[in-house]
Amino acid sequence: MNTPLLSIQDLRKSFGALKVTDGVTLDVPAGELHAVIGPNGAGKTTLIHQLSGSLASDSGTIHFDGDEVSRLTMPERVRRGMARSFQITSILSGFTVLENAAMAVQARSGSSFRFFGRAGAERRLNDEAMAALDRVGLVDRAERRAGSLSHGEKRQLEMAIALATGPKLLLLDEPLAGTGHEESAALVALIAALKETHTIVLIEHDMEAVFQLADRVSVLVYGRVIATGTPEAVRNDPQVRAAYLGDETEAA
Amino acid sequence: MSASEAAGRPVDQVQTPAKRGRLFGPGRRLAAIVIFAALALLPLVANLIGDPFLVVTATRIMVFALAALSLDLLIGFGAMVSFGHAAFLGIGAYAVAILASHGVEDILVQTVVAVAAASLFAFVTGAISLKTKGVYFIMITLAFGQMAYFFMVSLSAYGGDDGITLDRRSTLLGSRLLSDDIALFYALLAVLVLAYLGLTRLIGSRFGRVIRGTRENPARMQAIGFEPFRFQLTAYVIAGAIAAVAGVFLANQAEFVSPAYMSWQRSGELIVMVVVGGMGTLIGPVAGAIAFLLLEDWLAAFSEHWKLGLGVLLILLVLFGRGGLAGLARRLTGGGRA
Repeated sequence: MNTPLLSIQDLRKSFGALKVTDGVTLDVPAGELHAVIGPNGAGKTTLIHQLSGSLASDSGTIHFDGDEVSRLTMPERVRRGMARSFQITSILSGFTVLENAAMAVQARSGSSFRFFGRAGAERRLNDEAMAALDRVGLVDRAERRAGSLSHGEKRQLEMAIALATGPKLLLLDEPLAGTGHEESAALVALIAALKETHTIVLIEHDMEAVFQLADRVSVLVYGRVIATGTPEAVRNDPQVRAAYLGDETEAA
Repeated sequence: MSASEAAGRPVDQVQTPAKRGRLFGPGRRLAAIVIFAALALLPLVANLIGDPFLVVTATRIMVFALAALSLDLLIGFGAMVSFGHAAFLGIGAYAVAILASHGVEDILVQTVVAVAAASLFAFVTGAISLKTKGVYFIMITLAFGQMAYFFMVSLSAYGGDDGITLDRRSTLLGSRLLSDDIALFYALLAVLVLAYLGLTRLIGSRFGRVIRGTRENPARMQAIGFEPFRFQLTAYVIAGAIAAVAGVFLANQAEFVSPAYMSWQRSGELIVMVVVGGMGTLIGPVAGAIAFLLLEDWLAAFSEHWKLGLGVLLILLVLFGRGGLAGLARRLTGGGRA
């Protein structure tokens, strides 16, 4: 744990005059589940976009696993082991659940410039995909069309796809968004299990889930980290209470 | 919950692959067998009813079927609506005409040159066009198509606007075999069937899966580590190369080549064939080409304003025939899974 797996230094992003990410500095050591919380519009999703590479940063650096990745494209970062899930479910609805995961395995297993063999019959891809589905509990849905899954199952698939890319770090963007009570309990249990094997950056609105899961929490307000610490420390931080938790009781 | 879900399947689930990785159901395979078998028997029928012109018409239809088939790879599977696909047809045709005028008459050599030229053109224009999306992609491919068209119009050494008449058809390894209409017909049919089978395999392959995934959700594909651009560009080159082969046959069938082959109207007609036949079905566009050209002939016999009638029919088909001919066949046979 000498060098953190993910190290963010003075990351910035502005849209016009609006500073959405305003000098974020954050270290996430391997094995940690680091939650990023903050009121709506705090810039949480923008931060995930910058980390995953779908949005270029104005300045600042991101180091992952010892290398600077700030200038890499999203596919390059994924291949190095940074996988993200989407706040708004982003799956291949017309494909089967298995194929959704197998596609992610395919992306890292050999060339995809193969034009003749039937991809759907590739044992290795399907086996590894099944393993990912197994972890999220979707094995019995494998042959279903992904678009026909329930909302909660889609959220599970979202995570299976991220897992199937073989990541070291999972960037989970509000994995509980839009889920009902039971679904969200199942997902919290799933994330708790993933925590055993993966380093996770979790963005989440559900405070109960965050305080239950996180090793450390960073509070983002107007693009700045105003506090980082254990859930206990953050919960009792007067600045955080003033800026954020007061709102949250209403939001929740 | 799962039981009720299984019972109330959403309508769009008709596309669900029945088995793992099976993309095309038995219906589509059957349609392909029927269409190709009918084509294979056509010269016999033409002979029986004493109408040799039928073979010539069918050859022309197959040329466009091959081009529409290749366009389906882009439109139907890659969501790349290319409005300049006729340029590749023209490149293929001009490869024959230009080489023939310099004494290179072998169809194999001509085809290699046609494919190489079309691939190069596709690579360069595709690399630029694929930087855009949606309507801009349509416009830029149209622009490149028109560029190719006007280039040939101004190339007076090879006929310019008037086009260029071939002295005779291409040779095959020194023989004049293809001068026979029926030989040309069967050679083209073989190429068409080969292209159909090859593309069917391609769609189910690793490469095809990436292309199909990108059609559905490019952001997702990037988020699992694919760079869609490289795959789309490759598909663009493959489609262009196949269309160029169609062009080689077009030149041989008509024994005449002109820039009109590359005009935007031709590109538009190819799109219509794909849409009418059913995008993303491969066999649909083949049927679409057959239907379109037969209809064109038939309506033209009625009136010189045949395009008006064609327009009305197209509107009806788009309004009431979702999924094109393939979709229509699927509903008529009642097979949701066909």
